Amino acid sequence: MSNTILEMRSITKTFPGVKALSDVNLDVREAEIHAIVGENGAGKSTLMKVLSGVYPDGSYDGEIVYKGEVQHFKSIRDSEHKGIVIIHQELALVPLLSIAENIFLGNEQARNGVIDWDETRDGARKLLGMVGLTEDPDTLVTNIGVGKQQLVEIAKALSKEVKLLILDEPTASLSEKDSAALLDLLMEFRRQGITSILISHKLNEISKVADRITVIRDGRSIETLNKEEISEDRIITLMVGRSLDDRYPPREPNIGDVVFEVKDWSVYHPLHRERQVIKNISINIRKGEVVGIAGLMGSGRTEFAMSVFGKSYGQKISGEVFLNGKKIDTATVEKAVANGLAYATEDRKTYGLNLIDHIKHNTTLANLGGISRAGVIDDMTEMDVANDYRKKTNIRSSSVYQITGNLSGGNQQKVVLSKWLFSNPDVLILDEPTRGIDVGAKYEIYTIINQLAAQGKAVLVISSEMPELLGITDRVYVMNEGRIVGEMPTSDASQEKIMRAIVRAEGKAS
Amino acid sequence: MTTETAPLGTKVQNQELTVLGALKANMRDYGLLLALILIMLFFQYFTAGVLFKPVNLTNIILQNSYIIVMALGMLLVIVAGHIDLSVGSVSGFVGALAAMLMVGWRFPPEFAFLANPIVAGAICLVVGAAIGAAQGYLIAYHRIPSFIVTLAGMLIFKGLSLALLAGKSVGPFPAEFQLLSAGFIPDVIGPTVLSPAVVAVPASDGVAAVAAVPAVALHTTTMVLAIVAVVAMVFFAIRGRARRQARGYENEPFVLFVAKNLVIAALVLFFAYMLATYKGLPNVLVVMGILIAAFVFITKRMTFGRRIYALGGNLKAAALSGIKTERMTFYVFAIMGALAALAGMIYAARLNSATPKAGQGLELDVIAAVFIGGASALGGVGAVAGAVIGAFILGVMNNGMSIMGINIDLQQMIKGVVLLAAVFFDLYNKNRS
Repeated sequence: MSNTILEMRSITKTFPGVKALSDVNLDVREAEIHAIVGENGAGKSTLMKVLSGVYPDGSYDGEIVYKGEVQHFKSIRDSEHKGIVIIHQELALVPLLSIAENIFLGNEQARNGVIDWDETRDGARKLLGMVGLTEDPDTLVTNIGVGKQQLVEIAKALSKEVKLLILDEPTASLSEKDSAALLDLLMEFRRQGITSILISHKLNEISKVADRITVIRDGRSIETLNKEEISEDRIITLMVGRSLDDRYPPREPNIGDVVFEVKDWSVYHPLHRERQVIKNISINIRKGEVVGIAGLMGSGRTEFAMSVFGKSYGQKISGEVFLNGKKIDTATVEKAVANGLAYATEDRKTYGLNLIDHIKHNTTLANLGGISRAGVIDDMTEMDVANDYRKKTNIRSSSVYQITGNLSGGNQQKVVLSKWLFSNPDVLILDEPTRGIDVGAKYEIYTIINQLAAQGKAVLVISSEMPELLGITDRVYVMNEGRIVGEMPTSDASQEKIMRAIVRAEGKAS
Repeated sequence: MTTETAPLGTKVQNQELTVLGALKANMRDYGLLLALILIMLFFQYFTAGVLFKPVNLTNIILQNSYIIVMALGMLLVIVAGHIDLSVGSVSGFVGALAAMLMVGWRFPPEFAFLANPIVAGAICLVVGAAIGAAQGYLIAYHRIPSFIVTLAGMLIFKGLSLALLAGKSVGPFPAEFQLLSAGFIPDVIGPTVLSPAVVAVPASDGVAAVAAVPAVALHTTTMVLAIVAVVAMVFFAIRGRARRQARGYENEPFVLFVAKNLVIAALVLFFAYMLATYKGLPNVLVVMGILIAAFVFITKRMTFGRRIYALGGNLKAAALSGIKTERMTFYVFAIMGALAALAGMIYAARLNSATPKAGQGLELDVIAAVFIGGASALGGVGAVAGAVIGAFILGVMNNGMSIMGINIDLQQMIKGVVLLAAVFFDLYNKNRS
């Protein structure tokens, strides 16, 4: 049994009107990977902000004992000084600076304020090597993928001689391949004696790498499990405080004729005219059917969906779209919506919501015609609509006047769904509808998807989580490198089969 | 002016917010109005009562009308996430154009109709809208930052006014055109005499002297219009409240509702009375009132307004919701151009001549008014009422400080501090909540 490196004792943190943390205890041992799980809003991020000094000493109750000493961190600088480094969900890299500049940002390799570029580059190269990157340190961060950016963040942490690395949802936007590489890296760090705290929603990853898990619920630490006690069901039960026999609501499909069809869809990259991103894709969805698109990150799923939806991505788009056998025009978002399409984005903060406005205005934004006459909005109708959808999608908020930027991820996603439900589409494209939201809210969103299908709508779900696709769809398309490389009824599908379709296609491509 | 209701309304059966809660939730709106009232009282005291003299109140309105007209357009521009630095120069240019059309150029007889004030005014509005549209086109469809496009516009139109006027002042305008700024609405009902004039009587034995008192006569039409406006405002407020209540939405507390409407009604009637004891409603106030009402309606009730707030709040999300963001931006700048043209004409009519310097620097007052009124420099936030009150705050300060004889250098500094303080107060409030 190794030593305890960190102990957080009875941490209580209150915000005006809300108790975010109440008597939370956490102990982390040296050179272990300690996972923290909990629903969104359970208090995980708050706890880590207390630890790293974002909330300074004195703004919370309780004590932090690190390496046997009580700590009073006044700022992130204090905690970093002691070797505690936090990597946030939203990466804190400057896109237009180089990898090397980013790694040493705030910690420049300089003498008397003059930067030593040779040392900067050499140092960066060495650190990049430690995280398995071979990129030129002069490459701009904006030119490398999200997975590699994450690794650059870790390299940056290493440059600060990190002893305790905190990762907040590090794999949320990574492909499975990149995630696996990241987790391997954490295990390598463990061998080198670096302790990691991992916050994640992905239970399969946690059970793979974590030595111990602390479950947090409603601002309290519920239980800490040892490796041998870890099972997904056990964790979920602790997280939601009730047993979830089934993570997916039962589905009784009632499938009719083909409603929606895309034929020979081709798209080129918006900047590189020669690069074909989508290659002659044809798909169809039937009435009342939930169809999934599986594929790795970067396989072109989002690009396909956005190019169909009002040519919101790419150039030189060719192909045809049919609704109920009739060819429809989807050349602008407005036309696509008018013709019965809806697309709920994978990135709700950037593309989905007006975060500074409230729920009511966001709900009606895609269908202002539905609440107005001759360009004049009927207040009362709008209010009824907003309240109605708030109830239907079970948005937890004080009223429809709550600013969407202050809602949790799950509730934000429900507002996005409300917006598109109110536009009354025939075809709904849901891009990563449950990304970054907790188990309970996921279940609610699955239920909504089921209801939509039951109403006879055609639903297309894009998801990186294969168990989710297998749990909620009727049929799955597999995409790889801009092509459809497989199609199977869900009853016949499995994670292995989907992966095999992808791998086989990759073999062919090369 | 402000019949906008506070953002309230959860579906809780006939439940009312607490007075304190409602006050807190609308701190910003009430605070701004309160600030204006306090500033007025402050200057009323320090100008020894000059500020509230009917003639001075009328002056404040005339002095600030062109700022307010442009602030309405600037509000849309700023809410859409842009800025327009050209409005001062454009208004100056259009004023010059108006002068040249009406007095500067000698048209051959078949084109003499162009010098008609109404025709010339219409031409000016169209030219202003076209200028705004041209700038809007570059901003919306070619994605050149508005700061740069309108900075260039500012220089170009400053130069064009000089060229158009050949460096000289051109005037005076025809009498009909002057009415835009100098005229008052006719008293169709006829004056109401409150107290007859008293002729001075020198003191004689046993009888005290009586000083001469001029007659107090009310501009009756003005009073009637004000009463009609107040009645309409109260009617709509009560109807809106009843409709909310009928549907079971939360309403603001009854006490607050009554208090708010009473205060606004009292203010409107008070100012109308003051104006009525002078010459009545200035024409330009009528134009302003109609424009303000129209812009409140556009921003609060029309889909066009809603779309502008949405694209200012999150451009990408708005585009993906089917909003034609480019076209909206284009329209916003075209509207701004037309309003700058109107402001330019009001300004020229007030001075009764077009000067090469006219309009210069006005854009800064206009932008300051909108930010004092609570708009966000990042876009997506702002209200018409706020911008109008912001403009009045600046206007009353200008007027009051001038009467007090404060030097222009000090005046500038004080205005700068007020702008900073207003925005600071805003951010402080936001961070605290």
